[in-house]
Amino acid sequence: MEELTRKLQERFGEGQIATQSTRDGIPTYWVPARDIPKVLRFLKEEISQPYSMLYDLFAIDERPRKHRTGQESDFTVVYHLLSFERNADIRIKTALKDGERGLPSICSLWANANWYEREAYDMFGIHFEGHPHLRRILMPQTWEGHPLRKEHPARATEMGPFQLPPDKQDREQQALQFKPEEWGLERESEDTEFMFLNLGPQHPGTHGVLRLALQLDGEDIVDVVPDIGFHHRGAEKMGERQSWHTYIPYTDRVDYLGGVMNNLAYLLAVERLAGIDVPPRAQVIRVMLCELFRIASHLVWYGTFAQDVGQLSPVFYMFSDRERIFDIIGAVCGGRMHPNWFRIGGVAADLPEGWDKMVADFIAYFPKRLRKYDRLVMKNRIFKDRTVGIGVYDTQEAIEWGVTGPGLRATGMEWDFRKKRPYSSYDQFDFEVPVAANGDCYDRAVVRIEEMRQSLRIVEQCLKNMPEGDYKSRHPLTTPPAKEHTMHDIETLINHFLNVSWGPVIPAGEAFHGIEATKGSNGYYLISDGSTTSYRTRIRTPSFPQMQMISFISQGYTVADLLAILGSIDYVLADIDR
Amino acid sequence: MSETLRLWLIVVGVIALLLTIAPGLIWLERRLLGWWQDRKGPNRVGPFGIFQPLADAIKLIFKEDWIPPFADKPVFILAPAVVVFTAFMSYAIIPLAPGIVVADLNIGVLFFLAMSSLGVYAIVLGGWSSNNKYSLLGAMRGAAQMITYEVFMGISLLGVVMMAGSFNLSEIVLAQQGMWNVVPQFVGFVVFFIAGVAELHRLPFDIPEAESELIAGYHSEYSGMKFGMFFVGEYIGVTMLAGFTTTMFFGGWLGPSFLPGIAWFLLKTFAIIVFIILLRGSLPRPRYDQLMGYGWKILLPLSLINLMVTGYFLLR
Repeated sequence: MEELTRKLQERFGEGQIATQSTRDGIPTYWVPARDIPKVLRFLKEEISQPYSMLYDLFAIDERPRKHRTGQESDFTVVYHLLSFERNADIRIKTALKDGERGLPSICSLWANANWYEREAYDMFGIHFEGHPHLRRILMPQTWEGHPLRKEHPARATEMGPFQLPPDKQDREQQALQFKPEEWGLERESEDTEFMFLNLGPQHPGTHGVLRLALQLDGEDIVDVVPDIGFHHRGAEKMGERQSWHTYIPYTDRVDYLGGVMNNLAYLLAVERLAGIDVPPRAQVIRVMLCELFRIASHLVWYGTFAQDVGQLSPVFYMFSDRERIFDIIGAVCGGRMHPNWFRIGGVAADLPEGWDKMVADFIAYFPKRLRKYDRLVMKNRIFKDRTVGIGVYDTQEAIEWGVTGPGLRATGMEWDFRKKRPYSSYDQFDFEVPVAANGDCYDRAVVRIEEMRQSLRIVEQCLKNMPEGDYKSRHPLTTPPAKEHTMHDIETLINHFLNVSWGPVIPAGEAFHGIEATKGSNGYYLISDGSTTSYRTRIRTPSFPQMQMISFISQGYTVADLLAILGSIDYVLADIDR
Repeated sequence: MSETLRLWLIVVGVIALLLTIAPGLIWLERRLLGWWQDRKGPNRVGPFGIFQPLADAIKLIFKEDWIPPFADKPVFILAPAVVVFTAFMSYAIIPLAPGIVVADLNIGVLFFLAMSSLGVYAIVLGGWSSNNKYSLLGAMRGAAQMITYEVFMGISLLGVVMMAGSFNLSEIVLAQQGMWNVVPQFVGFVVFFIAGVAELHRLPFDIPEAESELIAGYHSEYSGMKFGMFFVGEYIGVTMLAGFTTTMFFGGWLGPSFLPGIAWFLLKTFAIIVFIILLRGSLPRPRYDQLMGYGWKILLPLSLINLMVTGYFLLR
């Protein structure tokens, strides 16, 4: 950290670079807006062991904030970079005053900055000068205001009754007209006139409300432009409204196939802010449920991927296996897809009687099924013909576009946050990180399938070594506190009452925590202003940068290949749009 | 019984049989797929859900007959009729048992090939007149696929024709009394069957429809009974392919005499139908250009070699 600070200050002048300390210990620097491209280029290309991935880019509306540790700012733009060589993060912040809301774009530096900058523009109205295509990305083009600014209402009831007079309707209809120029697409080239095909938002191959504008020459794809935002529910805005405790169920619905895995990413960040240590039993319960959800999520991907290339049957087998996982989840949590089961400081309740038998049955049952699927799907000639050598990208490109998770490992890069930055006691488990070599659709499948086997190994170790003890921390901010304590001492009872009725007050500060979620790295960056709700909730999801890459990896293939590529990427629309 | 009456009975009988088989097949396919895919399939309407296709047909008939305003209306209406018409027509030449055949044509095999080629018009016309980009892509794929597979579908049958010395289906059946054609003409059978499934554009060769890519391809815009007609056509097509394969390669009505000839024919046809359904349940869909390449580069040479080898043995 000191060395980095020294280097930055040597290069850009001592007065220009200020440091800030945060709860998560990630080196955080304040840089003037005009220096942003220079500083980021320095970090990406010039220093040894560079920060090669733009992990996240977002903004914060700081105007009404009370507790600040950084510079005075009305709007702050945050660049979160990741270095694989150092296994370290760095956060660059830049302060913008109200009124001057422009700073240079870094699209030429990182390909995936494009969408992130559009998102910051959409949500905060921050202008990135030199951005090739600065339009709204999540909200409709006709939207008024910028939703994540503090003055923008959070609830429909604050906005007055909805009205749609004929002239407004006409305007909205006009805005829906497809004009290729607005999407950055040419109508014709020298020798051909292109066909534009609108794929989605209602299409069986897109797994959700995703819209793609295809520029076609015959059936060959010249370009693809994804249109996202149909699933946007303002999850980040809701974080500023719900208490720290009551926001947990909303996280379930971000990557809705990942279930409690989303709780974990959020709670690790909250617990970091609050300084809570989670007891071992709770940690292992969390790991077990997360890995079960990883298998469940990969099963959905497996079946739908096979269906995308035209195989009808596998999806039914895989869904019935997933049902068995949901039986276990249901017995433990009471819920299925959205169990909302983790709590600040632990999990909601202890494991039920008989859980071990259910898990043991599943461990005995599942490997046979996986072998069967290998024969049915992975070894099928037609399936291989459809997926080998399709949608290829290499490690360099994956990093450039911000790809994490199986998509990155399929290119041969062995990078798993569970191994590299163990959280929630993952360092105590014995498992491998599967990698593949070619980075095509087939290899992405190979990696995920092997991951299911490894997850099963982890679940098995959880079963055999489940520690005894508390399932919730005894920290006063644990919400709600363990019931047995509440019944016996008045302090805990008061705590219980306040934490449930108001919500816990998390100490002011900023913290980020990322995990290896089902689809890649999912992380929550939380700012507490010392109140019962979060001041800013930033959700970094793996699907967002991967979807941005579609255009890059689909060019030159056919429409049929595009569906295979979409299927191999394993995204969830709620994970893209939040 | 006069000759005319007998012929009329056969015609009505065959049409009635086909009209019952089509919905029956829909039910059978859904039940079988359900069984193979660890689920139930339709089981509510009537015993074992057997009236489900009837309920579906009633629903389809009473649906609003909607034609998209941007469609080419006459062609749009004509296309589904073409499917059913060609499928029915080609059944005319298939002998169910000795003497039970609508038209015992001397050019039976050629008639079958002609009718199945006409079937492609349904796809092209339907896809074109819908004026929808997905339909258009489907129609394009359909036309290319049909033209490719048409070529060696005919060539693959020539071995059988050479062995029987006739294009007449009844004579082809009678020529198999010693041994079913599937043994000496195994290559021909495989090529023909693949081409046949491709002609029917059923999974794994449902490239013109490609649910997950083109939504429903050439019949995206169809609804109501017009949509139903495409399905009736498809299922009669399945029966026809199975019946024709039985006739050409599995000895038609021939079989041990404890069952009448027609029962043997129906049994064999049924087994082939089940096999076609099983194919649908198990294989993924190749890409359009892969299918073309496979056809031109592997199946066509294979059928030509088969033809030459057959010729060599016959003329030796």
